[in-house]
Amino acid sequence: MADISLTSVEKHFDGIPALHAISADIQDGEFIALLGPSGCGKSTLLRLLAGFEMPTAGTIRIGSTEMANAQTGRSVAPEARNIGFVFQSYALWPHMTVRRNVCYPLEVRGLPKAELIRQTDAALQATGLQQLAGRMPSELSGGQRQRVALARCLVSDPDAVLLDEPLANLDVALRASMQEVFTDFHSRTGATMVYVTHDQTEAMAMADRIAVMSEGRIVQFDTPETLYTQPRSRFVADFVGEGTVLPIHDVRHAGTQSQAQLYGAQITIQTDAQRPNLICLRPENIRITETGNLRSEVKRSTYLGGRYRLTLQLPNGMPLIAESQQRYAAGTQLGVSIDAPWAFAEA
Amino acid sequence: MLAHNTKGGSRSEGRLLSLILLIAITLTLAPVLRLFVEGVTEDDQFSLGLMRNVLTEDATRRALVHSLITAGFGTLVSVFIGATFAFLVALTDLRAKAALVFCLMIPMMIPPQITALSWTQIMGPSSVLLKTLGMAPPLGAPQPLYSPGGIILLLGVQHTSIIFLTLRAGLRAIPQETVEAARISGAKGLRVWWQIIVPLCLPSLAAGIAITFVTALGNFGIPAMLGIPAGYATLPTLIYQKLAGLGTSVLAEVAVLAMLIGCVAICGILAQRFFQSRHRVHLVGSTSRPLAIPLGRARLPIEVALWSIVAMILILPMLGLLATSLVPAYGVGLRLDTITLSSWHEALFRQPATSRAFINSFSLSMGAALVLVAICLPLAWLMERNPTRLGQVFDSLVDLPYALPGVVLAIAMILLLINLPFTDATLYGTIWIIFLAYLARFMAIMFRPVQASIRQLDPAMNEAAQSVGASLFQRLRSIILPLTAPSAAAGAILVFLTAFNELTVSALLWSSGTETLGVLIFNLDDSGETVMASALAMTIVMVVMALMGVIQLSARHLPKGVVPWQT
Repeated sequence: MADISLTSVEKHFDGIPALHAISADIQDGEFIALLGPSGCGKSTLLRLLAGFEMPTAGTIRIGSTEMANAQTGRSVAPEARNIGFVFQSYALWPHMTVRRNVCYPLEVRGLPKAELIRQTDAALQATGLQQLAGRMPSELSGGQRQRVALARCLVSDPDAVLLDEPLANLDVALRASMQEVFTDFHSRTGATMVYVTHDQTEAMAMADRIAVMSEGRIVQFDTPETLYTQPRSRFVADFVGEGTVLPIHDVRHAGTQSQAQLYGAQITIQTDAQRPNLICLRPENIRITETGNLRSEVKRSTYLGGRYRLTLQLPNGMPLIAESQQRYAAGTQLGVSIDAPWAFAEA
Repeated sequence: MLAHNTKGGSRSEGRLLSLILLIAITLTLAPVLRLFVEGVTEDDQFSLGLMRNVLTEDATRRALVHSLITAGFGTLVSVFIGATFAFLVALTDLRAKAALVFCLMIPMMIPPQITALSWTQIMGPSSVLLKTLGMAPPLGAPQPLYSPGGIILLLGVQHTSIIFLTLRAGLRAIPQETVEAARISGAKGLRVWWQIIVPLCLPSLAAGIAITFVTALGNFGIPAMLGIPAGYATLPTLIYQKLAGLGTSVLAEVAVLAMLIGCVAICGILAQRFFQSRHRVHLVGSTSRPLAIPLGRARLPIEVALWSIVAMILILPMLGLLATSLVPAYGVGLRLDTITLSSWHEALFRQPATSRAFINSFSLSMGAALVLVAICLPLAWLMERNPTRLGQVFDSLVDLPYALPGVVLAIAMILLLINLPFTDATLYGTIWIIFLAYLARFMAIMFRPVQASIRQLDPAMNEAAQSVGASLFQRLRSIILPLTAPSAAAGAILVFLTAFNELTVSALLWSSGTETLGVLIFNLDDSGETVMASALAMTIVMVVMALMGVIQLSARHLPKGVVPWQT
């Protein structure tokens, strides 16, 4: 097991920057998710950690070893990094049986036969694959292939496990159960894990901390709870938990309380910024009351099972997402009050 | 935990890549460069004098004109037969297409000297087949194939498959929607063909014509067997006659001739690349369903006509060859009481020269196939993973030794190896010069299928092995080799086939004791041993067809683009 640290890592492809000055520290045994839309550089970052790509600038350290340093040109080969990598396509070798796929990492390390069999069996057992050991990868289902890929990276006891959108090719039901397999695997082995995904619910469900990436930068690196309740940019507020971002004016701080103006209405806000100019509204910040100080019109009600999602429109045309126990017909006028939303500053 | 090694994976790969690239480039490009230098120097000084002298000779000009005429009209014959077949096979609902395609491919794989030998056995006064049927012209009548017309006809037949393959590939890339759209707009029958299909496949037809012309230009076997008796010399046979008659003293002179034919060929190759790239740009769209225009009542007559043509250009000559191989002496008719296997026995088991040629050809082809697997497999893989400028240069030039006429490469090899640098040794006259020439000439045949299959390989296959700690050689051995083995095997069989049949290169490089099968058939026929030559040729045809059958049967297990006649 090992911690990972990235210092001012940059990566250019043919002169076009894909990653800008990435610095981050990952604790030993942490489960990290790299979250972002496609093309944000998250997979590139993962491939830099694995050593498949060489950084254009900066250094990468895993445990006590400096793995890559653009300045000195040092780069430890992927095969010498002792990491596990789970591919989106699984990358099982089609000409080897499940057992041979799993024990291959031990073979290349030249382990004695008995030890090799013992560790392979243990890995197959841990992933529930003993019955399938003799099969070829082409005879397995998607979830089974995924487990073989996991067993293969677990068998060699890696310092860190890197996962590149491992659930992207599975159906929704299988995704939920594989998420449990990953979290179980993490708590049992205590391995440092870095998990790339574009699905925020997946990241929220599994990760200890999430690095949200956009256009080659880490825009916020926090626990899932902090990301949700205290986003620091319009991008994070929008990408994580679909918040509505609205502008505020006339911020006044009085003791621990802060007040601001939202479209002429006086609201209480939570913030740690001196001059916040935006708020992030989550459904739980919006209450529907007759006495509410903002007027809105219902545009649409969507049944979510047990509750409704209301798409509201303020008189100035801005949309607002609220939740309610009750259906309202489109066109209904409602009063809403805003309940201590998170406010942040962004140019 | 694994001991961390400080060597970068990409660095060790880079080193291996540079090493193999160096070997491959030396093999393929050094001879061509050496040839160029020879053509423009005289006594180690830059000079165009020699070039001027050779190029203004009457014999040179005559041979060039003969080459252009035979290659040009031969290409026309190929276009006529090949395009007819391609349009009918690719666009209509003919039956038994696979069998038809396979039969059309055989002329390409049968060596040209055997094609020439077999056709001369069904024409002329001493044809055993015609004698048996009582149709032989009177003794003393000329052999009609010993003429420019004969060369043109056989060059056309020999290269029909090249036109057929390139055109059919082009036709298959035409999305069915374009034809359907034309029909919905009201176009019918030939109008669709002429206004939609022909314009769309024109680039691939043009590319096919260019490469057919280059191949016909470099053909040695047919003009040698038919033209030399008629005193009709093309550039390759002129080079051969000069070198065979006067030895290495005329090397500089033939180098200029080789450059001349090389220049014409390069024009053709450039034309082919130009048309190929045009083709790639403008055809996009779904091609999931192949076109199958119903022929209706015309189907059966068309099928009969096509199979008759196949019978004429393939089966008839083979029957002639077989008939000749079964008589006791040339000129005797084939009857029940004259039929004998004695020439087969003589050719295969008695003659020391034939068994020596078998051993030579077999070891040369086998050796070339194995060495090329060992070079091309890691090379193709490393080039795919580490794209470098040098690799791109190699990629665009690897076809050159194969596309250039064989005599050009042969002369270049002699120049390069007649005096090994820093020593007094020479490889000229040994079997090694033929071997090295084969490696250079057939590298493209091996490299392209392996490259195609590696491009289809998921890069994660290798990265997965890398991430679990497998070193470069462990990955090559246990991941890359097994996954590309089918294509490598198919490529190796193709190299073996082509090398086994090869005549042009070895005709200029052989010496007593290192003759190949191609050379031997040519020599046997030249010295009047036509019956034995026929028996030997029949044996080779059977080996070729058996190997083609093996590839055909395993075709479904191979990645796309590996089997040359299954595009």
